[in-house]
Amino acid sequence: MKLSLTTTALALVLGLAAPALADIKIGATVSETGPASFLGDPEAKTLKLLVEEINAAGGVNGEKLQLVIYDDGGDPNKARTFATRLVEDDEVVAVIGGTTTGTSMAVIPVFEDAEVPFISLAGAIEIIDPVKSYTFKTPHTDRMACAKIFEDMKKNGITKIGMISGSDGFGASMHKQCQAIVGDYGIEVLADETYGPTDADMTPQLTNIKGKEGIQAVLNPGFGQGPAIVTRNYAQLAVGLPLYQSHGVASDGFIELAGAEAAEGVRLPGTALLVAKLLPESDPQRAVVTAYKDAYEKATGKPVSTFGGYAHDALRILVDALKRAGSAEPSDIRDAIEATKGLVGTTGTVTMTAEDHLGLDLSAFRMLQIEKGGWKIVE
Amino acid sequence: MRLSSKVTTLLILAAVIAIAPVFFPSSYYFRVGSLIFVNGLAVTGLVILIGYAGQISLGHAGFAGIGAYACALAPVHLGLHPAFAALLGAALSAGIAFLVGRPILRLKGYYLAVASLGFGILVSMVLSNEAQLTGGPDGMAVPELGLRGALKAIGIDLSNTEFWYAFSGFVLVLGAWLALNLHHSPTGRALRALHGSEVAARTVGVDVAHYKLVAFVLSAVYASVSGSLLALQNKFITPDVAGFMHSIEMVTMTVLGGAGSVLGAILGAAILTTLPQVLTIFQEYEQLMLGLVMMLVMIFMREGLLPSITRRIRGRGE
Repeated sequence: MKLSLTTTALALVLGLAAPALADIKIGATVSETGPASFLGDPEAKTLKLLVEEINAAGGVNGEKLQLVIYDDGGDPNKARTFATRLVEDDEVVAVIGGTTTGTSMAVIPVFEDAEVPFISLAGAIEIIDPVKSYTFKTPHTDRMACAKIFEDMKKNGITKIGMISGSDGFGASMHKQCQAIVGDYGIEVLADETYGPTDADMTPQLTNIKGKEGIQAVLNPGFGQGPAIVTRNYAQLAVGLPLYQSHGVASDGFIELAGAEAAEGVRLPGTALLVAKLLPESDPQRAVVTAYKDAYEKATGKPVSTFGGYAHDALRILVDALKRAGSAEPSDIRDAIEATKGLVGTTGTVTMTAEDHLGLDLSAFRMLQIEKGGWKIVE
Repeated sequence: MRLSSKVTTLLILAAVIAIAPVFFPSSYYFRVGSLIFVNGLAVTGLVILIGYAGQISLGHAGFAGIGAYACALAPVHLGLHPAFAALLGAALSAGIAFLVGRPILRLKGYYLAVASLGFGILVSMVLSNEAQLTGGPDGMAVPELGLRGALKAIGIDLSNTEFWYAFSGFVLVLGAWLALNLHHSPTGRALRALHGSEVAARTVGVDVAHYKLVAFVLSAVYASVSGSLLALQNKFITPDVAGFMHSIEMVTMTVLGGAGSVLGAILGAAILTTLPQVLTIFQEYEQLMLGLVMMLVMIFMREGLLPSITRRIRGRGE
């Protein structure tokens, strides 16, 4: 019977971490595996790559960065345990992570309690609204993507649209945000359909939309394979109206999945990273996105993704703050992050304030159109 | 004087919970401990269902989901205190288990497994899709239990992780005590009789359908309370708590440690909760390792870790 005691005690002590070094210790909890791995994997690779790069160039303030990274598998409960571990056991000075909205929201209370700055990589507006003192984030909110799309529609004289949304976390959240602001642009939603994240055919929903009188364009908030299937079905049904996709599928993989022919003419808001080569010389983001894209593709042999870009920006913001703060005290780092001004990242130019812990505006988004299997900037 | 096995089990459990913190290098270990206790509670419920009554369920995370979301929703919509919300969740789980259990417990073996699996998936789908009520896949916030503040007022100042370690540890000992009492009660004997042979049990006058239902409802309440504790501790909940993987984890923990023994099943929960923390560098292979451990235990220690090991130690002594 003694055995269980020894085993339990041993199992608990085995997790003992190495003693702290004099380096600046930063933490990360991302979803490298699990359903959100297509987001978390490039994020983890980016963080490891950039930390190596920064250390090779002499570190920050003369000290090396040490990255403690955990894989939460997309499970909010696990993310929370790792967050506690980062704060209490690894004693990091700042944390990047929370690949999904669920994992981010689950870990925020830990960092707010411990007063350790946290930069989230997830989309939802709830993360920074209302503003929490130690919580920041880098990706655009879904609401900004909606606004960008509606602005483009308004410019093209579109006033009546149909929506077909995925019922996964991303699709549901963006659907809600789009519905909340669509009225401000004088646009009316005449048809509102949904599909499940694993559905293989959206023809019935699209037939419904096609049958509605007066619709001028269709919007599809969602990510993963859903939007690709919608795009293919849309071409098969020959709906013949402009199709808008979300920033959730802003990747070359989407064109491949939907097929260049079906995706022809699809519009979506994307970041500068996706069209690095197409940016004019005068664009302030050109140098940053090209450098990151080249480094990432050289190191991993895989095409760069918007999601890795979020992690890139988070680390840049953190390093910039460390330099300006000149100390590795969590509260000093927090103040410095909040004072971030004009920092050029892959998603846009970041200027934070006490009321805005995201620091991006609509100009960060580029309206893109798919042409002959490639991207074109339309603005 | 020789202590009964019930008292021994409870003493060991309480002693481990009380002494372990002496060895904790940081308060992160309190968090891991409290997760072990929360899982241990759900697993204790499954000992009643799997170990005592010999029935299987692959859908118990559904009840954990009901308990968890009761704590998130009832305080907002009904104005209940979170503690009462947890009780409401337990009552709701018991009611649903009663209604669902009647038809599905007529099934045996694979059919029972698949029917219970379907129930669990149904609950998780409702939680994901009723976004206006549950916040959808992004989850929702859970209010503070408030007990920690009350303890502080009477002079016991615990950190958040320390409080949840102590509180869930206390609930686990309570749950284990009830389960052990049940084992030695007439109901427990009836359950074990129908586990041995349903036909024989029926012949000696055991109402088989009734006792199966009793075991199912009790285990649902355990799962529900464990879900509530998790929600209150995390103060945030997503539909993952009711997910398929969580159901499988619960059953794996029970069978790994030893479905027939409360202490064994809790040991199973401890191992499977700690393993991912120890193996962070092997995260990609976690499922692989779990599968391997499970297969080895099934092949070499069919009763589960603890019963097999104690038997071997006793065998050597004789």
